[in-house]
Amino acid sequence: MVDMSQTVALLAPEIVLFVASMLVAVLGLSRSTGIRSLVPWVCVAALVGSILALEAVWTPERIQGARLLFPMLGKYGKALIALIGIGLVAVSAGSIDRRYEEAVARGRASFDALRVVRGEYYAFLLLSLTGAMLVMSAPDLIWLFLGLELVSLPTYIMVAVARTGRRSMEAAMKYFFLGALATAVTLYGFAMLYGATGTMQLIPMRDALAEQAAGAGLSTTALLGTILTVLGLCFKLAAVPMHFYAPDVYEGAPLPVTAFLSFTPKIAGFSALITVLGTVGWSGHAMVDHDGVRIAYEGLPQPITAVLWMVAALTMLLGNIGGILQTSLKRTLAYSSIANSGYMLVGVIVGPKGGIGAMYLFMLGYGVMTVATFGVLAALERKGEEVDSFESLAGLRASHPGLAFLLTLSALSLLGVPPLFGALAKIVLVFVAFEGGQASLAAVLLLNTAIGAVYYLRFVGAAVVNPTNAKSQEVVVVPHWWPKTAAVVAGLGLIVLPAFLSRLVDASATTVDGYVDLGEAVASDEQR
Amino acid sequence: MNLIWASILIPVATAAVIAVANARAARSLAALGSLASLGALAVFAWQFPAWSTGAVFPEPCGCAWLSSINATLGVGFDSVSLLLALLEAFLIPICVIGSWSAISDRQREYYGWFMLLHASILLAFAARDVLLFYVGYEFTLVPLLFIIAIWGGPERRQAAHKLFLYTFLGSLFFLGSILFVGWQHHASTGLWSWDMGTLSTFASARLPANTQFWLFAALLAGFAVKVPLFPVHTWLPLAHNQAPTAGSVILAGTLLKLGTYGIFRLALPMAPEGGAALAVLASVLCTVAVVYAALICWVQTDAKKLVAYSSVSHLGICMLGLFALNPVGAQGSVLYMINHGLSTGALFLLIGMAYERYHVKDMDQIGGLAKRMPVWAFFMVFFTMSSIGLPGLNGFVGEYLCLFGTYIATADASTGYPGLLGPGFALVAGTGLILGAMYMLLLVGRYVFGPLREPKADGHGKHDGSHGHDPHGAGHGHDEGHGDLTGREIGLLVPLALVCLFIGVYPKPMLQAIGPVVERTLAPYPAAVERTLKSQPQAAEAAKAEPKEDDRG
Repeated sequence: MVDMSQTVALLAPEIVLFVASMLVAVLGLSRSTGIRSLVPWVCVAALVGSILALEAVWTPERIQGARLLFPMLGKYGKALIALIGIGLVAVSAGSIDRRYEEAVARGRASFDALRVVRGEYYAFLLLSLTGAMLVMSAPDLIWLFLGLELVSLPTYIMVAVARTGRRSMEAAMKYFFLGALATAVTLYGFAMLYGATGTMQLIPMRDALAEQAAGAGLSTTALLGTILTVLGLCFKLAAVPMHFYAPDVYEGAPLPVTAFLSFTPKIAGFSALITVLGTVGWSGHAMVDHDGVRIAYEGLPQPITAVLWMVAALTMLLGNIGGILQTSLKRTLAYSSIANSGYMLVGVIVGPKGGIGAMYLFMLGYGVMTVATFGVLAALERKGEEVDSFESLAGLRASHPGLAFLLTLSALSLLGVPPLFGALAKIVLVFVAFEGGQASLAAVLLLNTAIGAVYYLRFVGAAVVNPTNAKSQEVVVVPHWWPKTAAVVAGLGLIVLPAFLSRLVDASATTVDGYVDLGEAVASDEQR
Repeated sequence: MNLIWASILIPVATAAVIAVANARAARSLAALGSLASLGALAVFAWQFPAWSTGAVFPEPCGCAWLSSINATLGVGFDSVSLLLALLEAFLIPICVIGSWSAISDRQREYYGWFMLLHASILLAFAARDVLLFYVGYEFTLVPLLFIIAIWGGPERRQAAHKLFLYTFLGSLFFLGSILFVGWQHHASTGLWSWDMGTLSTFASARLPANTQFWLFAALLAGFAVKVPLFPVHTWLPLAHNQAPTAGSVILAGTLLKLGTYGIFRLALPMAPEGGAALAVLASVLCTVAVVYAALICWVQTDAKKLVAYSSVSHLGICMLGLFALNPVGAQGSVLYMINHGLSTGALFLLIGMAYERYHVKDMDQIGGLAKRMPVWAFFMVFFTMSSIGLPGLNGFVGEYLCLFGTYIATADASTGYPGLLGPGFALVAGTGLILGAMYMLLLVGRYVFGPLREPKADGHGKHDGSHGHDPHGAGHGHDEGHGDLTGREIGLLVPLALVCLFIGVYPKPMLQAIGPVVERTLAPYPAAVERTLKSQPQAAEAAKAEPKEDDRG
């Protein structure tokens, strides 16, 4: 008998965020500018509160009661979401509805509860983060599905929130319809998994699959279901073959939303991916050869490995090659986001023996670099519009040396220059790929790092090397300190985090603590 | 230990101070920081107990930086890496003080990046942990990228881009290889180690010959870009030509040596079977580079480009000495690394001094400068002689040993070190030397002596076409620049000249210091070369038959 109150207590971080999102939705509608300006603060406080709540409620007994496939995933993962979430709030703060707020402040527009977006924007932002956290403590597929939807539905609206731009409308529509399609594919996969195992609960599902694996091997339905789920989730990761939307949507969305999209759906998608793959397991599989002899092998079942291998390799390659061809900053960053998903998929393929930990370590680095990069870009504007071309960044060093330095730092970290954190996290990924017997993927990863260097260098070149031109002369810093602060803190993180690499590696490795792989489940079955 | 870290961290701290200090103080701060770093390293070298033993001092510490895989912050020197580090620490103050008049734009950034460049090069030479070496090796690219891209010539951005992408790709081969070796070490011993010595011993003794072949190939591919070997040398002439003077000096002086040092320190000891199997191929590439680059030099009219191509040619000889796989050649090669850094560095410095005065490097427009600048001309001739290997100066010793080592590297085992090269290689490479003497004398003949040709006062020459952003501070008029070398400039050249003279006259202490290290490095080679000699036809087939055992680079 599951003690429901214990399960609910375990959800304290999500509850904090949910309550805060309701509060923020109301506060944002206030007529008083002072109260409206409190909104980002409430969000930050809620995110800090959810980290504290996480520390308080995360006790071994409760986790036992929750019957999670990855019992310790939430501990690291939710803290990571909240931490980067604070950065994403800071990137948004002040810039998302700045023009309208300025107009109100100067008396050019009167306050209109229908036009003000502050409340709903932050409420949706918090709801989406709540969804990402829920994904990490899903005991069954339905929960997992609801969590994933809670991540995505608010983001569809957030993309459209800058109501002035037609582009953002188009992006929102595109994002919504393709997202719905991907959801359908995921759901189809879930249905097949249910058909193959007769349960929606993840742990019984793992046991059912373990039985199949110990017998004649996984059923075709189970394999197909997993593969469909993986492909559906690729949308969230912005991975091939579901990556097509990313450049258009990233470009059309307001800049802070782009930042949000490049992190939140990704971490939710990866957590969902390992949760589903966790039922299939990274061990205990065998191949039956022509003579009917079973040959055991390590890793995911071969068809799934093959699919994921292709997905990872193509995601890296298309992401990086696509990045070279862009001129828009946001499109370049969209391809960079695609490529980074490819790198992280390498960790997923390697699995719980180091791979998943390395993936979450990289996710931390990626989140920090996202906040740093977008923080700098959100701090700049040209003629009241976002800065979205390399030309506009030219000569940034002369006008704003600090921001130019931060942009350089994050670009070099994304590029992979040691000793910055991004490079070290990438080395750890390459390393676990070797260890997990995926040397060819490690080679693909390294090769892609070199390809990616071409477009990351453009950020460096634009910010530090190129002389100011007519277009970039008009670039000014926005009169808000939030994005700048986010960029400074994240940029410092890229320099300081390497000193704690050892601890961070250990911490991210705890995500798989308590996970019983399929092979071990088979073994314990046999013992019984 | 502490002195090593002091010499590395003083420049970092200097860079941090420069970042917040007054722009006018930047150059003095940089000079102070680089001299302090040199001082710390000099004291360390004075106390260094292992000059004649070839051992590493101090013993690498176990201070873990990433404890789960036992990556450490181990630093230490043996006599070879210490000599190279001393060269670096010696050249940096010269570069910094040499830039005083050349760099008028964005000084804080310039000197800050230079200090970081210095720190990362020193870190690379000092590292005993391969991952730490990788960090230092790779990070050098960032400051160099900025130094070339911001303060370089008209095509600076293209040059910086090419340099970064070429060497970044190369170093990924190297990263892949060392991660592979570390993983193999863990797989077979159950322990993590990234110590250079441990990994070399492990890889050379335990990895099968076929794996060693691909390991060596990947490491060679990685370091060859940095050296640079033919045919991946194309980034270098462009980078040299566009870099500001001090950038060229440090690029030729020590950055390229990171490549040769990497081969000497990692590739050769880790994979002797591979080294023996690939020595001939690599030597062919070296010899091609020697002759091909020398021929290109001959037709250059741009003085700086000529010296840049001569670097490619000279490093070909240096690498040839390594691949002779006997102590004579390798000793010569290490000495050559140092000599090349001194003499080519000095040549770039001299060409830069002339360029500051005339803003022209093209020998069709400028020449006979001895009439205007006799002191400059004296040093130019001196370092040219050093570069072409005039006996009595430093270049001669290294060059001679490299070629002699190649000459005696025959299958005959009477020296104890059978080799795979022999007189043929030495003769072809020797032709390169003759060509080298010819083009360098051509340079001296046209650029220094001959009829005086000066660009018209109003014309800046075609090389000064950067738009509205002249990194060389052409703002001040020409007339004031036509004088001979200033006291500061002479002060920079004299120490270089003295060291060149000293090594040329009395190379014995250097060779004695290098000898034991070289012998340790080459210890597994006689056996490996014997095996390769015996199985040469089969080895080629085996390599073809198993291309899927990829190098994971």
